[in-house]
Amino acid sequence: MSEDRKIKLATCSLAGCFGCHMSLLDIDEKLFPLLKKVEFDRTPFTDIKKCGSCDIGIVEGGVSNVENVHVLKEFRKHCKVLVAMGACAITGGVPSLRNNIDLWDCFQEIYLYEGGLEGSQIPNDPELPLPLDKVYPVYEVVKIDYFLPGCPPSADTIWKFLTDLIAGREPKLSYEMLHYD
Amino acid sequence: MDSCEFSQIEQQLSPVFEQHGYEAQKLLQILLDVQEIYSFIPDEAITYIANLLSVSRVSVKAVVDFYSFLSFKSVGEYRVLFSDNITDQMLGKNELMQYFCKKMWLEPGKVSEDNLLSVDSTSCTGMCDQGPAALVNGWPLTNLDQQRLDLIAKLIRDRNPVSTWPAMLFEVKDNIYRSEILLGKPSVAGAAIKATLERGVAATLSEIEASKLRGRGGAGYSTANKWSSCRTSPGTAHYIVCNADEGEPGTFKDRVLLNSYADLVLEGMTIAAKIIGATQGFLYLRGEYRYLRRKLEEVLAQRRTAGLLGRSILGELGFDFDIEIHLGAGAYICGEESALIESLEGKSGRPRNRPPFPVTHGYLDQPTVVDNVETFACVSKIAEYDSAWFTALGTAQSSGSKILSISGDCARPGIYEYPFGVALYEIFDDCGAEDVHAVQVSGPSGTLVSCKEFRRRICFEDLPTAGALIIFNRERDILQVALNSAHFFAYESCGFCTPCRVGTQLQKKIIDKISDGYGTAYDLEELKYIGHIMRTMSHCGLGHTAANQVIDMLDKFPDAYKNKLKKLVFEPAFDLDRALEKARKITGRDDKLAHFP
Repeated sequence: MSEDRKIKLATCSLAGCFGCHMSLLDIDEKLFPLLKKVEFDRTPFTDIKKCGSCDIGIVEGGVSNVENVHVLKEFRKHCKVLVAMGACAITGGVPSLRNNIDLWDCFQEIYLYEGGLEGSQIPNDPELPLPLDKVYPVYEVVKIDYFLPGCPPSADTIWKFLTDLIAGREPKLSYEMLHYD
Repeated sequence: MDSCEFSQIEQQLSPVFEQHGYEAQKLLQILLDVQEIYSFIPDEAITYIANLLSVSRVSVKAVVDFYSFLSFKSVGEYRVLFSDNITDQMLGKNELMQYFCKKMWLEPGKVSEDNLLSVDSTSCTGMCDQGPAALVNGWPLTNLDQQRLDLIAKLIRDRNPVSTWPAMLFEVKDNIYRSEILLGKPSVAGAAIKATLERGVAATLSEIEASKLRGRGGAGYSTANKWSSCRTSPGTAHYIVCNADEGEPGTFKDRVLLNSYADLVLEGMTIAAKIIGATQGFLYLRGEYRYLRRKLEEVLAQRRTAGLLGRSILGELGFDFDIEIHLGAGAYICGEESALIESLEGKSGRPRNRPPFPVTHGYLDQPTVVDNVETFACVSKIAEYDSAWFTALGTAQSSGSKILSISGDCARPGIYEYPFGVALYEIFDDCGAEDVHAVQVSGPSGTLVSCKEFRRRICFEDLPTAGALIIFNRERDILQVALNSAHFFAYESCGFCTPCRVGTQLQKKIIDKISDGYGTAYDLEELKYIGHIMRTMSHCGLGHTAANQVIDMLDKFPDAYKNKLKKLVFEPAFDLDRALEKARKITGRDDKLAHFP
């Protein structure tokens, strides 16, 4: 790879809390050397809406609705290496707590029974992304190349993982970096 | 049940404590009785038991949580558990269970609103030769069909106590079709102990060594080696444990040995006690076989009267030994010897770190011999006759005979005793199996053998087995065999180590994915990778062997899954569009954005 060609990186948050993205920003001053090697494509930081051809894609959050599926498939299509970052992407995480509750019960509770709603009804605007019956982990929808566990993974872990990947090495994380209790 | 009924808990539980005493080791036995009284373990009972046994409430709860026959919530006055082995499924278990649930207006796994009944599946109950089988309040039901289920439904609706149900429902046959040295020649109770005493302890141990007897539970460790290490290990007491936790799906030979050859087994335990210097023995009986308990207690009592158990056995001063029956509570993992010892001590059955091995640090941390039911029966015969008589049968490294439990697609499922070294194709002729496609040797943790390998032999050199042999003909879907085993291990994993706890779940998910028609080449690689991790990284034998059926299927039965695979490199694990169906119904939307193309 020539020196001047920067690695293209895209990130997104599906059904997640942006905590993993916050942890990514927590890399702090090390972001500057990183940015010398990396160019961001679609991310919440750049506000680019469509993912172009990328080297690395990082996905936070599980798959909860139609839009999540489209974004995830778009990432898979355009990213050479796709990484599931954080507990929600890997297992469904907190949003998947709804998996034990029937979707109809969820909707009733939120849109019909909740007090203070005037003329309550279930929203059905086509612009709203339709929820799936359950929240799924990303690997059940597309092929994932790497899993980066943690809630969130620490800044150091993300940094080590990315620098390894960018240098063309198989990422190696020490036990401490994956140890959370 | 209202909480006010528990005000008399002390009174209700006093006979239980009278029977079992107040040692912490008795916790599991006490809980089993409490479960029987209330059909669950009430919170008040947990507090009461914890106080009396001087253990924490949490450790009592941990035990209740661990064993599948114990529960915090009521399982109904009647609990019907259908045996979920692949042989039961082949005999129509799924359809029958559905039929029964429909008849009783009940969903599997739920308790009826009047607390009368719950219906669920359980791991193999050891009745594979007379399935489909089930347990009702712990008692085995065999040869189930719609007619019998109709009768059972009526008995339950009329609230007839299980003890008054017609005996034919509970009939368990031995089905012995072939016998050799163990099952053939009947022995007189006491003959082997007499021979041992005449020969002397050291000479008897040498005789066992010369017989080259190896453990019959599957691993095949030298019995003489095990016993002499235990004999020389220092300790305040030595213990003998008979492993009758016959949980490997498809195995039922110990059931028959305990039913009709109990003297042979108990005699072997007594000889072992004499050799290693034990005064206390345990028979760890799997919960599914609790119906054998009364009969075994009778045999024990007869032996005590005959001077074959108790103080000064056969008049020999200082030869004191007795045997206690300990019931399991539905945990496959307790067949692993260190987990079994944990369970004997009244705890959750989690495997210990080994070494140290039980021969030095076993029950209560004292030297303990744990052997299979059949091993003890072999010892009796060797002691009664001699090693030459025993080694006349078998192969160079596998002396004597092996009792096989044969089930599946054959005309005569049952018990067959063969000399070691018998080839699979020879067995098929005897049991009337035609058009055989595959054989599962030694249960889900064993080997799946294809028709190219039917000349392989049952022996430690080639195909070692704990005794299970399940036959599949050409009509059978081998993917279902792998799927059944994947579900079994995901359920039975004790959860102690991550490779097994997570690995068995992932394995189950991927096999389900393939079975549902969403599998790809990528998933096959994942299965191999997960299998490798479980084999190399798990804490105990359960994890080491949990991938065996799946890997054997991948290697030997490509036809079983090839047609089910989608050709893509990757495919979602579920139908995306169908996952939107609910939300479409709720919102009334049917626009383009409410669908996946």
